[in-house]
Amino acid sequence: MSGIREISVFAENKPGKIEKITGVLANEGINILAISIASTNGFGIIKFIVDKMELAYQKLKEKGFTVSLNEVLAIEMKDMPGQIHEIARVLLRNEINMENAYVFIEESRKQAYFIVQVKDIERAKRLLEKENLKLYDEVKEEK
Amino acid sequence: MIWNKEAECMPFEERGKLQLERLKAIVKKTYENVPYYKKRFDELKVKPEDIKTLKDISKLPFTAKADLREGYPFGMFAVPFNEIVEIHTSSGTTGKPVVAGYTKKDIEVWGEVMARALCMVGATKDDIIQNGYGYGLFTGGLGVHYGAQTIGATVVPISAGNTKRQLEVMLDFSTTIITCTPSYALHLAEVASDMGITSKDIKLKAGCFGAEVWTEKMREAIESKFNLIALNIYGLTELIGPGVAQECPDKSGLHISEDHFYPEIVSIDTLEPLPEGEKGELVLTSLTRDGMPMIRFRTRDITSLKREVCKCGRTLVKMERITGRSDDMLKIRGVLIFPSQIEKALLEIKGIEPHYQIIVTRPHHLDELEVQVETSKEIFSDEIRHIEAMKKKIENHIEKSIGLRVKVTLVEPKTLPRSEGKAKRVFDKREL
Amino acid sequence: MFWQEEIETIDSKNLEKLQLERLQKTVRCVYENVPFYRDKFKDKSLKPDDIKTLQDIRKLPFTTRDDLRLNYPYGLLAVPKNGGVVRLHTSSGTTGKPKAIFFSKNDVNQSAELIARCLVMTGVKSDDILQNMMTYGLFTGALVMHYGAEKVGILVIPAGPGNTERQIALMQDFSSTCLHLTPSYALYLSEVMESKGIMPKRDLSLRRAYLGAEPYSEETRKKLEQMLGIDIYNSYGLSEMNGPGVAFECINKDGMHIWEDNFIVEILDQETGEPVTEGQQGELVLTTLCREGMPFLRYRTKDIAKIIPGKCRCGRTHKRISRILGRVDDMFIVRGVNIFPQQIERVLMSIKGVAQNYQIHLEAYDKMLVKVEIEQDFFDGNIEHLLILKSKITEKLKSEILITPKVELLEPSTLPMSEGKTQRVIDRRTL
Repeated sequence: MSGIREISVFAENKPGKIEKITGVLANEGINILAISIASTNGFGIIKFIVDKMELAYQKLKEKGFTVSLNEVLAIEMKDMPGQIHEIARVLLRNEINMENAYVFIEESRKQAYFIVQVKDIERAKRLLEKENLKLYDEVKEEK
Repeated sequence: MIWNKEAECMPFEERGKLQLERLKAIVKKTYENVPYYKKRFDELKVKPEDIKTLKDISKLPFTAKADLREGYPFGMFAVPFNEIVEIHTSSGTTGKPVVAGYTKKDIEVWGEVMARALCMVGATKDDIIQNGYGYGLFTGGLGVHYGAQTIGATVVPISAGNTKRQLEVMLDFSTTIITCTPSYALHLAEVASDMGITSKDIKLKAGCFGAEVWTEKMREAIESKFNLIALNIYGLTELIGPGVAQECPDKSGLHISEDHFYPEIVSIDTLEPLPEGEKGELVLTSLTRDGMPMIRFRTRDITSLKREVCKCGRTLVKMERITGRSDDMLKIRGVLIFPSQIEKALLEIKGIEPHYQIIVTRPHHLDELEVQVETSKEIFSDEIRHIEAMKKKIENHIEKSIGLRVKVTLVEPKTLPRSEGKAKRVFDKREL
Repeated sequence: MFWQEEIETIDSKNLEKLQLERLQKTVRCVYENVPFYRDKFKDKSLKPDDIKTLQDIRKLPFTTRDDLRLNYPYGLLAVPKNGGVVRLHTSSGTTGKPKAIFFSKNDVNQSAELIARCLVMTGVKSDDILQNMMTYGLFTGALVMHYGAEKVGILVIPAGPGNTERQIALMQDFSSTCLHLTPSYALYLSEVMESKGIMPKRDLSLRRAYLGAEPYSEETRKKLEQMLGIDIYNSYGLSEMNGPGVAFECINKDGMHIWEDNFIVEILDQETGEPVTEGQQGELVLTTLCREGMPFLRYRTKDIAKIIPGKCRCGRTHKRISRILGRVDDMFIVRGVNIFPQQIERVLMSIKGVAQNYQIHLEAYDKMLVKVEIEQDFFDGNIEHLLILKSKITEKLKSEILITPKVELLEPSTLPMSEGKTQRVIDRRTL
């Protein structure tokens, strides 16, 4: 399976929320690869990609956070200008709507990934593979 | 059923005499009591005594909406202020609102003409009238209320909006007559069908719809969805509110209560009176208004008149359904267009919902007319090329009807704003 | 000044005689025409003839809000529904079904007569101009006042509530002298005037305002009177009794005269249902004496009040009740609308994605905030789904309670849960 999951945490707009969440992850030695925060008038959703997804999900849930684990697309790209634009064009051509998106960049700064949440992930994968876009696979967690 | 047989079925000649008598009195009254009219009469060198026949009305000055704004708030009142018992205002989208003042007698006349209208629709004292026109400063709600009260029917003063409650009341009390704007009636039908309510559950027998321009096609849609007879009511705040004219079940025009409101049709260009049957702007003179008489008020509504003994027995003159307004009539690249023509064309196409918006812009000194139309669910879930084909079809059909190529945009079902009162259909974004 | 001096100053002996006559007539009428009451009489082995004195009222059955709801839509009607009634007002109830209030032609007229007495009692003359700022439509408040003012023959401006700038413009353009509105809206109005630099005494012609439909305090009255430079009179009524005009203050502002030729008033101990000693507070229970469409015996208003002992200086002999001191149940009033927490609860629980716990916060100027916990399983990381949920809750609540609350989504299990009765309503308003 080519794909990756992200963790979403529901958060009321109150100070200290991110501090608490990141505290849980730090305690478990979980490394955050990418983070995105979407907020509205009243509440927000914090999204993470971490190195130990399952563990992070379990721990946050145990601590009483409202958490959800969802599959998203991680589209590989170079860390250079124009890359996201290229991907956006491909998505548009294939009529794939982005529900939410953000970027994470590898430490080497050679590769970057455009994280995209879409409605019909299987359809998106099919179409994007035809377009020769590379999708990133989630690192298998050591259990 | 006829509420006031004597007045509504009066022989033509006799009514003519009554109208002349009342015209003379009201002209005298306004000349003596409203400084604004005295000034206008004097400018035209016309005296009340110059009115010897009904035709002489054309010697009198017109009154425009702008004149009323100038006189705001009390400039047009013909009685001392403490005789005014009620005030209504029209929605003032541009500047000061129009103020209408009513004496006790005016409220009685209003009740009388609205009773005629509701009775024409089929209301008796055994009926339950669900009054969905807005209550308050707007004349719709209280006007219908007074008419219902005059008849002695049960009125539910539900006012505009709150669709779920409207349907609940409709079902629980088996309301028999509904009064609201036609676009809101369609909205009610839509929500009712979403809730699984069928026309069998609804006991409505008639609807009294007005306050906005609508078409025969909309009538058919409302009648079939609710299984009732949908009739057109006409009125305006400046004259009294709703109740100036009402369509009878013969559907051959709206009977103007002409013993209270004297109608003329004038040419839009020359303002000269037009012969009977010709289309032009409706001009009304209030014959009995006590608090705020109106001499030759320019309604801006386009219609024609027909005088005959109606199948219903009434001799009251009939006006054709309003086909547009002399001011919201669109002139697109030199072509005169009424929004109602576009609506008519749209509703002739299968799979189209009666919800649309017309947007006029002028991007490169050239008028562009865009029609946004809601499609039905079935069509929207289809493939793209079907949507494209549908779009072309509508564009062709509108071109055929109005002689102008317009841009059509299909939008998802239920995305255009629904209004609870008058639907705003035309958005003219040109800076003219 | 009096509207109907003779009846307003009637001596107690004649009043009691009149009350007894009318009570006996009402009792006979409901016994003969309303199956609900006939059944209740049978249960108590009671006959209309058993009512021989005014004290015998205590033998009569109570009527409650639930009785109204359970007999919806026509059950408590004492006249034929076709031809006998001319107006219908409905309002939503606690468990789904609304309650229906019918007016006969005489009821419309009688409620207008009572308002006419009230207005004249506060000094209204024919040159007064009433700006009616209550909601027109299904609420009885605005229309009943409208008809009463029409009866007195003064000018009515059917302004309805809201659009405060236009309200002020109307006051300026028409020199309005009297206002009819809720206390919370009066507070808001005076703040807006202050912020716009409008000094009512200098710029407007206001003389008095009638405040009703919501409980509020004597301190707020004083504050408003000072800010607006007018006299403020309390008005009491409820749709079950045909709306405002049941009781009203005279110029002495020392309690509201309750029109005893139209209503028999009892103040009962909320626990025992027994009469309290005069001057003590308890539940206000009303019996209609002149109503045709829907006569009520011993209607439990759930409003807490007390009788103010002694004679009033104005010369009216009709008893005075205090302002409403509280409620027997947990109903609260926002912008003139009666709301029960159970109504909110029922709506919330019908929506998928909403967890068990919620809170209703009431803040200054009648702002209403509903805090709702979302369900753990509903959360899927999609912000759009939450926004849709939020607007769905807002829409459904609006459709139930007719006003639009602010909705806040919370994480599961964040609201305090108590072991006993959870406090659902947090009222921070200072009225």
